Amino acid sequence: MLDATAHRFDRLPDAPGVGYKPQHFSDILSNAGPVEWLEIHAENYMGDGGRPLAQLRALAERFAISVHGVGLSIGGEAPLDRDHLARLKHLVGWLNPASFSEHLAWSTHDSHFLNDLLPLPYTNQTLARVCTHVGQLQDTIGRRMLLENPSAYLAFAETTWAETDFLAEIAARTGCELLLDVNNVYVSTTNQQTDPYAYIDAFALDLVAEFHLGGHHADADETGAPLLIDSHGCEVVDPVWKLFAHTVAKSGPKPVLIEWDADVPDWPVLRAEADRAGAILQAASA
Amino acid sequence: MMTGQRDFASGLLEPDFAAPVGLVNPDGAQALKRYDVYRNNVAVSLTEALELSFPVIRKLVGEANFKLLAGAFLRRHPPVTPILMLYGEQMPGFLEQFEPVQRLGYLPDVARLELALRLSYHAADVEPLDPVVLQQMPTDRLMAARVALAPAMRLVRSRWPVHSIWRFNAEDGAGKPSAQGENVLVIRPGYDPVAATLPPGGGSFVDALMRAERFGTALDSAIAAAPGFDLTETLGMLLNGGALIGLDED
Repeated sequence: MLDATAHRFDRLPDAPGVGYKPQHFSDILSNAGPVEWLEIHAENYMGDGGRPLAQLRALAERFAISVHGVGLSIGGEAPLDRDHLARLKHLVGWLNPASFSEHLAWSTHDSHFLNDLLPLPYTNQTLARVCTHVGQLQDTIGRRMLLENPSAYLAFAETTWAETDFLAEIAARTGCELLLDVNNVYVSTTNQQTDPYAYIDAFALDLVAEFHLGGHHADADETGAPLLIDSHGCEVVDPVWKLFAHTVAKSGPKPVLIEWDADVPDWPVLRAEADRAGAILQAASA
Repeated sequence: MMTGQRDFASGLLEPDFAAPVGLVNPDGAQALKRYDVYRNNVAVSLTEALELSFPVIRKLVGEANFKLLAGAFLRRHPPVTPILMLYGEQMPGFLEQFEPVQRLGYLPDVARLELALRLSYHAADVEPLDPVVLQQMPTDRLMAARVALAPAMRLVRSRWPVHSIWRFNAEDGAGKPSAQGENVLVIRPGYDPVAATLPPGGGSFVDALMRAERFGTALDSAIAAAPGFDLTETLGMLLNGGALIGLDED
């Protein structure tokens, strides 16, 4: 258990955070700069002990922590994995993080974990199923969760709901909040050849409790149409910063996370991204 | 057109399967390369997880061969939980069967050692036994006791010089492996697991302790395996590594 001082972090601050990487441990403790909170991937802290949990306990004394699940398969056709629900409950129970979030996506089929955030069609049927799963998770961990918009490379012919409406309806039915990944918006709308600003303007920004920003790579499909890949392996690109500034100007400041998961840079590079996000938040609150 | 997750998932691990119908490009045509992005993400991310977990196997077979090996492994043994840091438990058995590496008979045991180090890294934290407790205990009581072992302690018994092979490929300046089999003790004094070759008889001794045999019985099997068994050395390795956590005198 953590000592009582950790409980002052009962919410994420309206400030920049970063996805925590163990190689940045001492840099973060000595030179956090504008970074006021950290996100961890839940599944990386499900061991029994050792250095990962020791580092997390130390960080939780200094920073608000957001637990971000990447493996529950909330959008899956199958029932949620009870063992995994129990692991999440255990982690959230001892760590008492400021926030818990997961994805509108699926990753498990036939008990096999495919380790990618896979897309689902947006229909009345999938809506009901996702709401059941979100409700089950919230009941299990005893708190409200944030649900994140995915990055999409393709569309489903059977889809009948706009993603923005679909997410708002899930929030209305389950009481969950939303995590708006602005890079995912840019990636998905570019890939679907729709307008990212129209997506933001249609989004229920009052339900957003956190933003994500990350890098992507550009490719093309077999017809030569642009195909952006949500790689989290480079800096946030300028059009995404601009879309983020537009979003924050409408929503007001909220917690914003820089995600960098592949080809992770040295701390000053990641910190500079957090600086840039922080400046946009400050401009919006001025 | 409905595209079920069975259809979507079936092609992800099978490069030869066609993209499922009902997935579309912006122009409404069937998605091909766009589906391949997901297929690629799955194979690449699981391969990377295996590369992180088995760096010495990768070095021994070479990078390109490891990708082929990982591709075959992840199709035969996809992860069954989202906890990827523990993925690869079936790697030693897989390597025993995988035809292209049959002449590298030591690979399965090297994979066992890499697994042991990783499981040790993530094992629960426990308070080690104070060595004074052992020193002060009368010999007859000690011989009748069973010891509780730290979850971070692991034993890899091999007819190959598995620790020397591992060191030669993991550490700069390590000597060339000898031809002798090795029993390797993995201990975790702090947060970093350490592998150490046990002296003759040490493997039998630790193995017996792990089977919850009495201390005296473990000592007997060590002496049976190696008449000159040096208890002090093996016990010192266990105590210094925090591998003993309790004594049970039933």
